[in-house]
Amino acid sequence: MTESKTERPYRKPLPRVDEESRGYWEALQRHELYFQRCRDCGTNRFPPRAVCPVCLSSSTGWVRASGTGTVHSFTVTYQNQAPGFRDELPYVLAVVELAEGPRLMTNIVDCAPDAVRIGMAVEVVFDDVTPEVTLAKFRPAA
Amino acid sequence: MSAWGKVAVAGVYEHPTRFAPDKTAYQLHVESARGALADAGLAIGDVDAFFTSGVGPIGILSLAQHLNLRPCHVDSQAIGGSSFVSHCLHAAAAIAGGLCEVALVTYGSTAASERFAIGTGGGGLGDPPDHFEVPFGPTIVGSYALVAQRHMHEYGTTSEQLAEIAVTMRRHATMNPDAKYRDPITVEHVLASRVISSPLHLLDCCIISDGGGALVLTSLERARDLAKPPVVILGGAEAVQHHGIGRRDLLEIAAGQSGPLALARAGVTHADVDCCMIYDSYTITVLATLEALGFCAPGEGGAFCAGGRIGLGGALPINTDGGGLSSNHPGMRGMFLVIEATKQLRGERGAMQVPDAEIALVHGTGGMLGQRHSGVTMILGRP
Repeated sequence: MTESKTERPYRKPLPRVDEESRGYWEALQRHELYFQRCRDCGTNRFPPRAVCPVCLSSSTGWVRASGTGTVHSFTVTYQNQAPGFRDELPYVLAVVELAEGPRLMTNIVDCAPDAVRIGMAVEVVFDDVTPEVTLAKFRPAA
Repeated sequence: MSAWGKVAVAGVYEHPTRFAPDKTAYQLHVESARGALADAGLAIGDVDAFFTSGVGPIGILSLAQHLNLRPCHVDSQAIGGSSFVSHCLHAAAAIAGGLCEVALVTYGSTAASERFAIGTGGGGLGDPPDHFEVPFGPTIVGSYALVAQRHMHEYGTTSEQLAEIAVTMRRHATMNPDAKYRDPITVEHVLASRVISSPLHLLDCCIISDGGGALVLTSLERARDLAKPPVVILGGAEAVQHHGIGRRDLLEIAAGQSGPLALARAGVTHADVDCCMIYDSYTITVLATLEALGFCAPGEGGAFCAGGRIGLGGALPINTDGGGLSSNHPGMRGMFLVIEATKQLRGERGAMQVPDAEIALVHGTGGMLGQRHSGVTMILGRP
């Protein structure tokens, strides 16, 4: 799992790290991808939250994802006026289904946009966009 | 106690403007309110309930001042473009439940003259789930495109099939003197327009206009004595769809929950529906909504919309005014769905009239189909 370089200054929106999400973002900084599993009812959940919405338990465990998955859907974005994104058109927005089940929104990188397909095998790549924030993106599986 | 069949849309008004750089949204709200009250034959002093959306968290207070309203019931429901359909259901419950007697619903927006990039802006980091999405650049078009791409993958739906929806909406707009875009287009035009977010082309996307509209609702009993034939709310339902705990099917949309419930509450079947007003933010929205509402099976939406079947003269005319794809889209289109359905059921639409329309289905979508969205279905009929 190598890093992909992002040019500075970084102008895209950065996520807020808070009590509910800190475990997720800190793991990404270590280049590890985790999702939550309720210690009481065993339900997996993503994105992270403090209380299991199935059984309302606060007892939260974390499961490390293998980092492999498949493209569930994607779109090649040709128009986005927002700072940061408008300089990188076209880019691929995708929903990736992790091998363990959860689906997350991400970008497909290290791949020609026109080559992306639904069902394509992908693996996580950790993008250290700032010293404080790492994003989980995906590239075609080796 | 049920509200269904007891409350009527008594007055409607669609502001004719599509570009109003010298007006504020408030002016469009108020001019539309005046139009709807005149249509109903009521005075502003008769209004005792006020509904609006798109005005900010407590903007309804400022707008009430602009209209000098002192309502005993207020509701600034904020679930996106479907909010105004939702207002009708809430007004029906409030009127039937004795909370108020005459409800005014208003909308106004100067999205076009403010050059607001509705579909291709970046989106904000507002709520907790946004922090796991917005860093990757989902535009509103992109969110709907995720659904379109998945639909194509699962069912073989084609860009040509989506394009035909835009072509049909434009054909309706050619008959609507108020529509923003009135020149006919073909499937080839849609496919030749630039791709905004694959697989959606420019002409798969709703337009951006200024605009406004208003509705007046009251009891059916009172509406019978007013200026126009009443149109009755026969049933309705709301739904919210989201990613839940992280394993949502992108093709499961809110209309799949609200549609069957609304039809059951109204006591009507799909075969009873003479026309539909379906929020056409994008061509895929129409196709996915028709499937979810149950007018055709999942995957059959492309064929269902082919050959002019959703056009005037077809099996199920949809968005007879030209919709958001061609007539107007100031950002939240639910208001205009109710106005057009009401005019159809009154038989006022001239060249755009669906012959003998007795039952209309309205479905508003709010938010983003590929992320979090609301769906509100309402069945309207003649008394």
